[in-house]
Amino acid sequence: MASRTLRVSLVAAVGVAALAACAPPAKNTGSGGSGADAATATSAADLGGMDALVKAAKKEGKLNVIALPPDWANYGNIIKTFGDKYGIKVTSQQPDAGSQDEIDAAKRTKGTDRAPDVFDLGQAVALANTSMYAKYKVANFNDIGAQFKDPKGAWVNDYGGYMAIGYDSAKVPAPKSIDDLLGPAYKGKVALNGDPTTSGAGFSGVLMAAVAKGGSADNIKPGVDFFSQMKKAGNLVPVDPTSATIKSGQTPVVIDWDYTNAAHVNDVKTWKVALLPNVDPVGGFYYQAINADAPHPAAARLWEEFLFSDQGQNLWLAGGARPIRADAMVKAGTIDKAKYDALPKVTGTPVIPTTEQTTKMSDYLAKNWAAAVK
Amino acid sequence: MRTSPAFRVVRVVLLLLFAVFFFGPLLAMLDFSTRGTNGSRTWAAWANLVEDPELNRAIVASLLLSLFTVVLMLLLLVPTMIWVRLRVPRATRLLEFLCLLPLTIPALVIVVGITNVYQWVTYFLGDHVLNLTFVYVVLVLPFAYRAIESALSSIDATTLAEAARSLGAGWGTVIGRIIVPNIWSGLLSAAFISVALVLGEFTIASLLNYENMQVVIALLGKSDANTSVAASLAAIAFAFVLLLLLSVVGRSRRTEGS
Amino acid sequence: MSRLARLTPSLALLPFLLYLTVFLLVPTVTVVVGAFAENGRFTLANITALADPVALTALRTSVLLSAVSAVIGAVFGAVLAYLIVSGGQASWLRRSVISLSGVLAQCGGVMLAFAFIATIGYSGVLTVWLRDHLGIDIFGSGWLFALPGLILVYAYFQIPLMVIVFLPALDGIKPQWREASVNLGANGWQYWTQVAFPLLRPAFLGATLLLFANAFAAYATAAALVSQGNPIVPLLIRSGLSSEVLLGHQHLAYALAFEMIVVVAAVMGMYGLLLRRTARWLR
Repeated sequence: MASRTLRVSLVAAVGVAALAACAPPAKNTGSGGSGADAATATSAADLGGMDALVKAAKKEGKLNVIALPPDWANYGNIIKTFGDKYGIKVTSQQPDAGSQDEIDAAKRTKGTDRAPDVFDLGQAVALANTSMYAKYKVANFNDIGAQFKDPKGAWVNDYGGYMAIGYDSAKVPAPKSIDDLLGPAYKGKVALNGDPTTSGAGFSGVLMAAVAKGGSADNIKPGVDFFSQMKKAGNLVPVDPTSATIKSGQTPVVIDWDYTNAAHVNDVKTWKVALLPNVDPVGGFYYQAINADAPHPAAARLWEEFLFSDQGQNLWLAGGARPIRADAMVKAGTIDKAKYDALPKVTGTPVIPTTEQTTKMSDYLAKNWAAAVK
Repeated sequence: MRTSPAFRVVRVVLLLLFAVFFFGPLLAMLDFSTRGTNGSRTWAAWANLVEDPELNRAIVASLLLSLFTVVLMLLLLVPTMIWVRLRVPRATRLLEFLCLLPLTIPALVIVVGITNVYQWVTYFLGDHVLNLTFVYVVLVLPFAYRAIESALSSIDATTLAEAARSLGAGWGTVIGRIIVPNIWSGLLSAAFISVALVLGEFTIASLLNYENMQVVIALLGKSDANTSVAASLAAIAFAFVLLLLLSVVGRSRRTEGS
Repeated sequence: MSRLARLTPSLALLPFLLYLTVFLLVPTVTVVVGAFAENGRFTLANITALADPVALTALRTSVLLSAVSAVIGAVFGAVLAYLIVSGGQASWLRRSVISLSGVLAQCGGVMLAFAFIATIGYSGVLTVWLRDHLGIDIFGSGWLFALPGLILVYAYFQIPLMVIVFLPALDGIKPQWREASVNLGANGWQYWTQVAFPLLRPAFLGATLLLFANAFAAYATAAALVSQGNPIVPLLIRSGLSSEVLLGHQHLAYALAFEMIVVVAAVMGMYGLLLRRTARWLR
């Protein structure tokens, strides 16, 4: 009798367990007619032109974006402008998330109304998940160089920047070379934006140090050694720089993208941003993509059109980032000249690693970073 | 013997040292959260607790989560435990083992493996922070079990049940109207401990990317340290009051009952 | 009774069993299977990756952190428990210490992390006071966010946990034993070393093991305190799951989680054995 019970319970348990362990069936996005059209549209023309796209997007009325901090490349303003312009409610989820979290969130909430509609991803994650994107060419697709986009429009570079050193000019002198950061004036003051084995910005920071010390995208060892030296000198603070740490003075020197560094002027009035002189700058672009299973496909496509329009690109420029269509806009005279000229001057050839180089460097970091900055 | 004056002095000194260690950071939190610019005092951070919409949403979510977790836990655990005690005593060891199992499987491990299960939950119920209820019930199981078990073993459930049954009561009545009122203090204890645990839970919420109170507190720490410290202190104070109430209520019940 | 009638009582346990299966056993099995699989195929690569220097260092630091905080928690917690036991059963002191202990032990690492940042962090109350009045900089280069800091913050919740877990054992020390030993001519010291300590030893060791498991499995405190670096196993798991630089390391996270289960299960098994020894004496 007891064994019978046991057997029954066991069978039931195993059955339920097996079911629970597998992924559930894909739910159909219940948006119906116009939703289905927008989900397969590869350009505004497919829907009947921009006006039709705007109409479809307004009908959907909502947009889910993810991992867009308000002070990152002026995203706070971009989200607000888009929402006001088209009357679409934009939900900004998990502003603090990283690129991998965006993909994970999309996978986990697939089929629900809360799934992210669009992605803004770092290079490594973007190129590793191309099967998740919808192919779409924005109106200005041809303005963008071939090396900055997927030929079918699955992903497009949206803005970029260079690794720079941001510093509170009231607390520390301007760094003239990277070795200055090892000096006593910077003791306990320098922070890297993120752990290089976890965060793209941290990774690029180490690459910047590597290039400055004679390394390259094929050799990140000098960068790791430099940070090891900095840690031993007591100059490196093992803390993520945030608004709070910058305001309190805990991290007066921050190694980060020039546009994110530029935003810190709002935290501390004496904040300045400088690229290392006489060193090839380390550049990086972010990647825009539309979720193939976006719950609001028309709104997602309208968002992309907005971002790559002159207005959107200038808004990114206002955040200190270099919009991808900058060259075309300079030629057409539509760029915000004052802000464009105010960007830090770039000397030398930008270093932008390929996927293979990034993978090799990441593997090196995975093995050696932790021990180097112990 | 034990209450020699020397011992009393030592006791007081040691208790004071412990008090400094434990209350020090709490007082520091109070000071930190009321810091204004240039040494002034301000309650702005505390006002944020009710004004900041994101924090508000998260606090409400956490409170709702604790409520749902307590209800689901009681519905799941109490009938099962009473049933096992009265009808299937052989299963006591199994039940004890299963209820204490979550102590052995860290929350971090559970969340790493629970992705597919939660995809099912999202499939049926949509994606909402309250979905966390299901896994929270598992987390509070060991503590709730211990509380209810100690209450159950302090009454003679078998005799009560037999008496009720011989008077014609059905099993529902036995469980609901005979046993439960007698283990009320244990249920209350289980409920309060569960509330404290759910309010403090961070691991699973953060790794499943839901925004409960602790996740938002951690997030706020990056932009507004004062508010997050204020929120942490408020949560600690709330849980402390809750558990203190529990010890007072539990004691009074025990003296008036059996 | 018919077969069905005899079966029914046990079937009533089914809902509970199914619930636990889905929400506890399935995730655990997923982790164990995932540790041995990659891309749907069986492989030992992730298990062997556990022997990599980075993973081993994290394990070593985790064990060290757990052991040190467990010992600190056990010793100081036992002392505190004794202090309140000697005050009487229903004293307000005992009640409030137990309540506060309940809060601090269960209530979550994030809040404790902020408590310590508010006290000895860069702009913490104590740090600022010492800096302004005595010129001493206790923040240094951020020891709070490395092992020493973690040990200090972990002690903050380990000591209360010890109080909660050890108190029943201390309650079980009957005053009659003290009286009996005095009658037989023992002095205080002899009573403690030859009667009380040996009786309390299994409970004390068991509680220490519980503290070890608790610290080893803890994630929230370290996650809130440490923003860079993955010094301990739980943080390495976090990195494996959400790193945007090292992709495809999710299965390493499974292997690390499996490692955690093994360690914690072994420790809890020993705890269970010791608990059985204790129960005999302190009934």
